[in-house]
Amino acid sequence: MDIEWFVVLSAMIFAIGVGGVFTHRNPLVVLLCIELMLNGSNLALISFARMHGNGDGQVFALIVMVVAACEVVIGLGLIVAMYRRRLDVDVDALSELRG
Amino acid sequence: MIFEQILFFIAAAGAIAGALGVTVSRNPFYSVLALVAHLIALAVLFLLLSAEFLAAAQLVVYAGAVMVLYVFVVAYIGGSDEPLQPVRGPVARLGPLFAGVLFVEVAIAVIGSGLKALGTRGPEVQTGAGREAYGSPGQFGELLLTDFLLPFEAASFLLLVAAVGAVVLARRRRGLEDTGTVDDLARSSPESDDPRPEMVPQGDPPVPTGAGAS
Repeated sequence: MDIEWFVVLSAMIFAIGVGGVFTHRNPLVVLLCIELMLNGSNLALISFARMHGNGDGQVFALIVMVVAACEVVIGLGLIVAMYRRRLDVDVDALSELRG
Repeated sequence: MIFEQILFFIAAAGAIAGALGVTVSRNPFYSVLALVAHLIALAVLFLLLSAEFLAAAQLVVYAGAVMVLYVFVVAYIGGSDEPLQPVRGPVARLGPLFAGVLFVEVAIAVIGSGLKALGTRGPEVQTGAGREAYGSPGQFGELLLTDFLLPFEAASFLLLVAAVGAVVLARRRRGLEDTGTVDDLARSSPESDDPRPEMVPQGDPPVPTGAGAS
């Protein structure tokens, strides 16, 4: 299978994630779509690592996974804090920094 | 070779279907389940690119641990399936169009690029179980501890900061009236001898003697 196919597939996954971030209002689903974008970029990194035949891109992908885990933890913590303070869990309603 | 192509198309269809399921479904719980399916399909694609360690990490860490966190939060908040409101901003209406344009642009950039190696399967690499094998844990460990030591340490420090931040964000405050400023956060540490009524049940309840001993 050519590397090109994998890269085009990763572009498609990234674009689907971008569309989801634009269209959804629930911050949970927005976080899930950001995960999609990170996964698409991960696939591109691993494809290019295979194209070059060394493992550097795979290390990049592993660090992207670490960053994604951190982002999930902080994002979910924010959503739980929003829910506990009886705020509207909606990204359109949260347009100010102070609740 | 034909087996590889069939596997690629099955996994790619699964990955795209999972990604579309995340964005299309109205219930966040189904979105999380679709993302799990997407991650499993991506792990198959990683295996096709002979990145065995990353495929295992994807399954164990991502589809296992991170998605469990998502499921817990969705169950805590409650999957409020929101109907699409008719009045939306222009950003939300132009979102799918923008995504399509972005995909076409990136696809043109990839196909029209001058990278000759994109049309190949990549160079022959040593696969298998050896320490030097491509994508094996041995190669990963060697790279992380020699060439990429600084990003590795930065990533571990980032994980520590994220864990502390999550504890600070998600812990229970005193009440709804508490606005939670920085000074307030600093003062309301658990070591303070502030007699709060809701802190009382956190202590050990008085166990009747003989009940817990046996």
